[in-house]
Order: sequence, then C-alpha cells, then structure tokens
Amino acid sequence: MDGISLLTITVLAVFVGFEVVSKVSSTLHTPLMSGANAIHGIILVGAIIVAGQAADPWVLAVALLAVVLATANLVGGFVVTDRMLEMFGGRRDGKGPR
Amino acid sequence: MSILDPTWTGLLYLVAAVLFILALMGLNSPRTARRGNLVGAAGAVLGVATVFLSARLENIPWILGAIAVGSAVAAPVARRVKMTQMPQLVAAFNGVGGGAAALVALLELGHTADAWVRLAIAFTLLVGAVSFAGSAVTFAKLQELMTTRPVVFPGLPVVMAAVLLAALGAGVAVVLTGSLPLALVLLILGLGAGIFLVLPVGGADVPIVISLLNAFTGLAVAASGLVLGNVLLLVAGTLVGASGTILTRAMAAAMGRSVAGILFGAFRGGSTAGSTAVSDRPVRSSSAEDVAVLLGYAQRVIIVPGYGLAVAQGQHTAAELAKALQLRGIQVDFAIHPVAGRMPGHMNVLLAEANVPYEELREMTEINADFKTADVALVVGANDVVNPAAKTSSGSPIYGMPILEVADARQVVFLKRSMRPGFAGIENELLYEPQTTLLFGDAKDSLTKVLGAVKAL
Repeated sequence: MDGISLLTITVLAVFVGFEVVSKVSSTLHTPLMSGANAIHGIILVGAIIVAGQAADPWVLAVALLAVVLATANLVGGFVVTDRMLEMFGGRRDGKGPR
Repeated sequence: MSILDPTWTGLLYLVAAVLFILALMGLNSPRTARRGNLVGAAGAVLGVATVFLSARLENIPWILGAIAVGSAVAAPVARRVKMTQMPQLVAAFNGVGGGAAALVALLELGHTADAWVRLAIAFTLLVGAVSFAGSAVTFAKLQELMTTRPVVFPGLPVVMAAVLLAALGAGVAVVLTGSLPLALVLLILGLGAGIFLVLPVGGADVPIVISLLNAFTGLAVAASGLVLGNVLLLVAGTLVGASGTILTRAMAAAMGRSVAGILFGAFRGGSTAGSTAVSDRPVRSSSAEDVAVLLGYAQRVIIVPGYGLAVAQGQHTAAELAKALQLRGIQVDFAIHPVAGRMPGHMNVLLAEANVPYEELREMTEINADFKTADVALVVGANDVVNPAAKTSSGSPIYGMPILEVADARQVVFLKRSMRPGFAGIENELLYEPQTTLLFGDAKDSLTKVLGAVKAL
C-alpha cells in the first residue's frame, strides 16, 4: 500500500479514536482504559509475522518472546476488562447510567 | 502455506478493525460495555486467525506454543486478581504490549533498507521501550514495592535531557545505517527514559501516567503496522493512541492538573513532595460507641468511601451501616471522588463489586454543596481526596485537584488504620481540626463495631 493511503487511514483512525472516547463518563474510565489496553495487544499479529519469518534460532527466540508478551497483553486485557464490566452490569437491572 | 489471497486478507483485517472500533464505542455506556468488550475480543481472534491463514509462516508449532504459554500465564492472573489490584495489572499488561512492539521492530530492522520504514522502526523501539520500562515502574509504585512518593534526585532533569538527546542521536543513526547494535543502544536508552519519566510522578498522579503509557503503546503498535505494512495494526494502534491521549487529558482535567505538570511538576522543586515524618501533633480519637452516637442522632450523614475501605473489603458493612442509619430516619449518601481508588472510576468498580446500590452513589460535583448541610461526614479509608491541601497549599503535590469538601460538615469522622499519610504521601491537616474525630483500626472491623453500636442505640 502506498504512503498516502496509509496516511489517510492513520488520520481517519485518529478522528475515530478522539470521537469515540471524548464523551465517556468518569465512571467508565477504568474499563475503557483496560479495553483500549487489550486492543493494542493485537501487536500479536506482528509478533506472529516476525516469528514466522525467523530462520536464525536467536531471532526465533526473541520473536517467540514477543509472541508470549503480546498474547499476555491481548488475552489478559480482554479477560480483566470483562470481569470489571460484569460487575457493572450485574447490579443495574437494565437501568441506564445516571 | 497461504490459503487466503491478499484481497481476502485485507477484507478480514478491515472487519477486525471495525470490530475494535465497535468495541470502544460499546465501552461508552455501561449497558453496552460488556458486549463491546466481547466484540473487541472477537476482532482480535479474527485478526490472529487471518494472519495464520494468509502469511507464509514457518515455525508454526513454536508460535502456537508461545501463544499457549502467554494465555496460560495471563488468563488465570486476570481472572483471579483482586479488583483492588487491577490498576497494576492493567499497567503490567500495557508494559508487555509495549515490550512486544519494541521486539517486533527490532527484528524487522534486518528486513528493510527503506529509510521511512527504519524511521518507524526507530520510533517503535523508543516508544515501546519507554512504555515497557515506565509501566514497570508504575507497577512497582501501585503494588507499593517502592515508594509512591515522587522520586527526584539532583540532576534528574539533566540526566533525562541527556538520555533523550542520546536517544534522538541513536534514532537518527539507526535510520541512516540500519545497524542492529545501534538499535540495541536505542532500546536501552528508551528503557532508561521510561524509568526516568515515571520516577518523579507521585502516587496520586500514577493513574494518569498509566493512561499516557497506554497511549504510547498504541502509537508503538501503529508504527509497527507501518513497518509491517499491516493495516490492522495501524488502525488498532492509532485508535488506542488517539483515544488514550483523550482519556489522559480528560483524567488530568478531572484532577485539575495538566499532563505536563504531572510529568514534570516534581522537577520544578520546592514541592513538599510528601513528608516521611509522621507529625506528633495531638488528634482527637474516639471509640466506636461515641461514633455511633454521633451518627445515630444526626439528620444527615455523608459517607466518603476510599481505597482503604475496598482493601479491607468493608463495602458490604458500609452499605449495612447506611441502611441501619436510614432506618432511623437519617438521610445517608455515599460521595464518590472521580479518582478515589487507584484509577479514575476505580471506586465505582470496587463498589459495584460489593453491590452497593447505584442510586446511593453521588458524584463529587453533585454532592460537594451538600456537605454544609451534613451533620457528619464519615470518611472511610480515604485521605488524599478530602485533603484541603489541594485547595490551600500551593506547594503540595495534589494542589489543584478538586476534593470532596468534607471540612464543611459539622463533624468529620475518619476511620483510619494509622496516622500514616495516604497514597500521595502527604499529611492531611483536616485530621487536626477541632471538628474531627478519628477511629483507628481496620476499616471493616471499625465499621462492624460502629454498626453494632448503632443497632444497640
């Protein structure tokens, strides 16, 4: 993909990111932070690519370390966010936030 | 082996990116938040499945093994961690993500001769390393493995500037030469910068730094997307970078601080930076029975829950006490400071865990004016969020932070374990005021005793 297309995607993503988060109440700041944290764990895809290209054992070792770290970020992030949100949902009985 | 052609790969990555956007949108409201998070997880699974089906990969058994190890470590920890310790876990997960991004960039260096790609690699190395090391220090502060006070030593600004300049130089050299040893130097400088960035940040401001480092990791992941020509990483990383920046600014605004003030405030010197000495001025302490009398014959009571209450798992007892007082015809509210706990919104999570009725939780802005009409403000395990130093003492590390104005109440009762200062490491003048009474002990034990005494009135 050429540079301008990548730049276009990046700029649009910045606006989406700003837009999505700007109106969240402080009540949900902690789960939101944790959820965003989980999403950047998708670096796992990059770690898998470099591990899949590795020919040298040292390179493979470093790449596998990256895979382990990225997986921990991704899996742990989504699990801990889910636990937090489960508590928020449990007591509200369909009532919206104040 | 590649089953999918590039068109399908691109489409699937697009779907995964859209799922991430939907996930963040879902987190806007408590009603849709949990579903949103699951949608995000589905996006992640789709993204990972796509890379396995589309890229030519060697070492697949090794990779699957590494994924299994990462999951086996993270999932049980994430499931079992106490809600009180969740901020440090978020910091830890953020740090390992930043570390992974830096390692990916390091390994890609040998695969490119393009100066722009090398620039993205140098950026990822630096920012990923800052995020990793910074998160490690944040973790240590939250876990109280080290002091939560700002750590400043003479010459720190000079050291920091030198590290950043050296990193800039190393970065330029990496872009020009693509040298691996120089990349390692850049990585190490990044680790140093991360440590020096977070050391001077005081306990009360640590949550904001977690959010900032979260945004940094997002940016590092976005830059990795440029390096690998992977749109999913680019979009996901940019989303987190942008939303993390907004979130950081929103939190800083909620505390009445600027982000620069938080990061570099301690550099300016002259700050009290928290005293270690516990003052020996006299305080008025009292028994559970006396506190019960004070509460039982009030007309209006405002309970201010803090981290200490959550640590002692005293939420249920606090809720019961509120009920007992309400039965006596007393109006009772809980006043929640937006940064009570260890993260903005953390107290809401902790009280949600304890099933405290949502209707009784009042936000700071709506309850502050009510303290004047309150007979008793009962502060349970909170300290910094009620400290008038935030308003009166311009040298204080928490100066400018909006506080719950419990000093306006006719009587103030503190349930505290000891005279030890709170997370921000500063003394609370309120403890020495004539209208203040202290009841020492574990928050849950004290509440249980007070509850028993109220029932016996």
